[in-house]
Amino acid sequence: MNEAVVQVDGLSKLFGGKPAVDNLSFTVQRGEILGLVGPDGAGKTTTLRILAGVLPADSGTVLVAGQDVIHEPEAVKSRISYMPQHFGLYEDLTVDENIRFYADLFEVSAKVREQRSGELLDACAMTPFRRRLAGQLSGGMKRKLGLVCALIHTPEVLLLDEPTTGVDPVSRRELWSILYTLVFQGVTVLISTAYFDEAERCHRLLLLHQGYGLFCGTPAELKGRLPGTVLSIASSEPRRLRAALTGADGLLSAMAMGDALHVVVDNPERRVPELRERLRAAGLALGEIAAMGATVEDVFVYMVSGHAPERGN
Amino acid sequence: MNLRRTVAIGRKEFIQVRRDPRSFMIAVLLPLIQILLLGYGARLDAEHIPVYVYDQEGSQNSQALLKRFQASRYFDVVKVVNNYPALARAIDADQCKLGVVIPWDFSERLSDAHHTEVQALVDGTDDNSAQLAIGYAQAVVSAYSSDIQLKWFATQGVSQQAVQPLSVDYRTWFNEELDSKNFIIPGTVAMVMALMGALLSSLTIAREWERGTMEQLIATPATATEIMVGKLVPYLIIGLGDAGLCTAFAVGWFGVPFRGSFGTMLFVTGLFLIVILGIGYMISVATKSQLGASQYALLVTLLPTSMLSGFAFPIDQMPAPIRAITYIVYSRYYVSALKAIFLAGSGIRDLAPEIVAMVVYAGVIGFFATRAFRKSLQ
Repeated sequence: MNEAVVQVDGLSKLFGGKPAVDNLSFTVQRGEILGLVGPDGAGKTTTLRILAGVLPADSGTVLVAGQDVIHEPEAVKSRISYMPQHFGLYEDLTVDENIRFYADLFEVSAKVREQRSGELLDACAMTPFRRRLAGQLSGGMKRKLGLVCALIHTPEVLLLDEPTTGVDPVSRRELWSILYTLVFQGVTVLISTAYFDEAERCHRLLLLHQGYGLFCGTPAELKGRLPGTVLSIASSEPRRLRAALTGADGLLSAMAMGDALHVVVDNPERRVPELRERLRAAGLALGEIAAMGATVEDVFVYMVSGHAPERGN
Repeated sequence: MNLRRTVAIGRKEFIQVRRDPRSFMIAVLLPLIQILLLGYGARLDAEHIPVYVYDQEGSQNSQALLKRFQASRYFDVVKVVNNYPALARAIDADQCKLGVVIPWDFSERLSDAHHTEVQALVDGTDDNSAQLAIGYAQAVVSAYSSDIQLKWFATQGVSQQAVQPLSVDYRTWFNEELDSKNFIIPGTVAMVMALMGALLSSLTIAREWERGTMEQLIATPATATEIMVGKLVPYLIIGLGDAGLCTAFAVGWFGVPFRGSFGTMLFVTGLFLIVILGIGYMISVATKSQLGASQYALLVTLLPTSMLSGFAFPIDQMPAPIRAITYIVYSRYYVSALKAIFLAGSGIRDLAPEIVAMVVYAGVIGFFATRAFRKSLQ
């Protein structure tokens, strides 16, 4: 059942003359998790805000759950749920009071509210804190409460802006398991993240860079875009390594990652000896060189280092 | 407008006021402090005005006159001096507000010419007190002089009935004791409403922006009107409660008469609150900062209510241009209605002009307030 629930076409938004979102187009099918991936300032938050109807766009068309968000932002609001990046609940209200507030705003009956809040709070291990003031919750619990409030009604589309930033791994797992349950029920999810490892959990990815879309497709398709192999060179000083390798033949991109340098090369059989030779000549200690599976981050770095189709200006 | 969503916003706002110590103080403590301070402090009567006396003659007649000053509740004869410089120094040093000088030929001229003068030196730095002091002093002196006249006629064998001097007998309606507290305190209810209403309502929208809860709120289906009504109705209820509290204090503590109906008082208070809350709300929408909003709100509500509403300074004594301005000061209609309800027992029909003015104001402010807030981050 291919049914586009979100259709964005030519979306642009300027802030102070500079594009925050630049001619962005993508679609999301029902029951899909689309990850908006990119570093800070890539336009993830702006895109989600426009889709949620809280920020007007400058141009383009946006259809969410069948509603024209650009011209009638209010019509979409009862059919979606939006959780902003920063905790947006009332710290001087208790967990239950916050839930009740959002349930009432979305006209959820008391019976459904009780049932759903019970399930959701259980799923994220928050049942013991129902009477606690939201301001006294930990960062991770605030996020989870935000999600509970966002899901107290059944949205067709769920928009989550960096819901896992600053959240402990256990809470993060709980959050993702809730998302998979929702998707199973036919909810469409758009989730932004600055964590590339998390992007692998999404069905499809939209890679954003400086407001424009670099790529939109499944993580596997994304990795297929890499015309080479990722090599990991262990080193205590990956930045010096990278400097030494700049300009090497067949080197597509290089990225320092902790105590290793990730490089993408066109042909590992041929290039590994060449790289060894080059590093030896530069007098750099050589660690182990291992081929590894490409990560989303590797592809992103490859694309932003000049290999992606640039914008047409 | 969806009632359920509006009630939800109202309930949330109510809980927040209850849990926020600052808002709670504004809602409950501030009105009490205000009515006590204004009730005790803002009295315009002058009583026990300190008086220095320079009695140049020192006769039986002059002493009789001074006794009358002493006997009056408006004056306290603090000291008798024997030269002008001492009197002048006392006024300069603020030891007395009034100096009475009785000339050396007081008795002589009284018996010969039947006309004599007494000099009064007044500290004019406080114009209001000075005028009151002169007025009271004139009253004391003229009472004394009419007694003298009667006595003189009696010695001439004229019967007292025949020469009973014509006297004007004032009867002040509605505030029989001409007690300024009766005049001031009903107006303080307006001051309380203006201060409390403006402060609380100016915080509502700004608080959502400052605490970062606005983005989530505008992503819900709640309409701008529901948000406004839901946010302001709790303050309307709190305001009406405060008005009841202030009335109870005015009557029970300060002994101000309350001759009208409580319902009429609540009705006009509700109209006034709609105007005040609407103004505070619009300022809150425009400034997005709690501190800035509360300061602007005080400027446009409390200032005109204290200066131009007739609360303490009678409008008909203002210069014509200022008097013209008071017609656009919405609090003037409320203060005038409050005084009429408290002191004259006026009902809705008597207050028709005031009520019409306030309904017009409430309508205009309400119209703009519902359009002030846009559900957008931009």
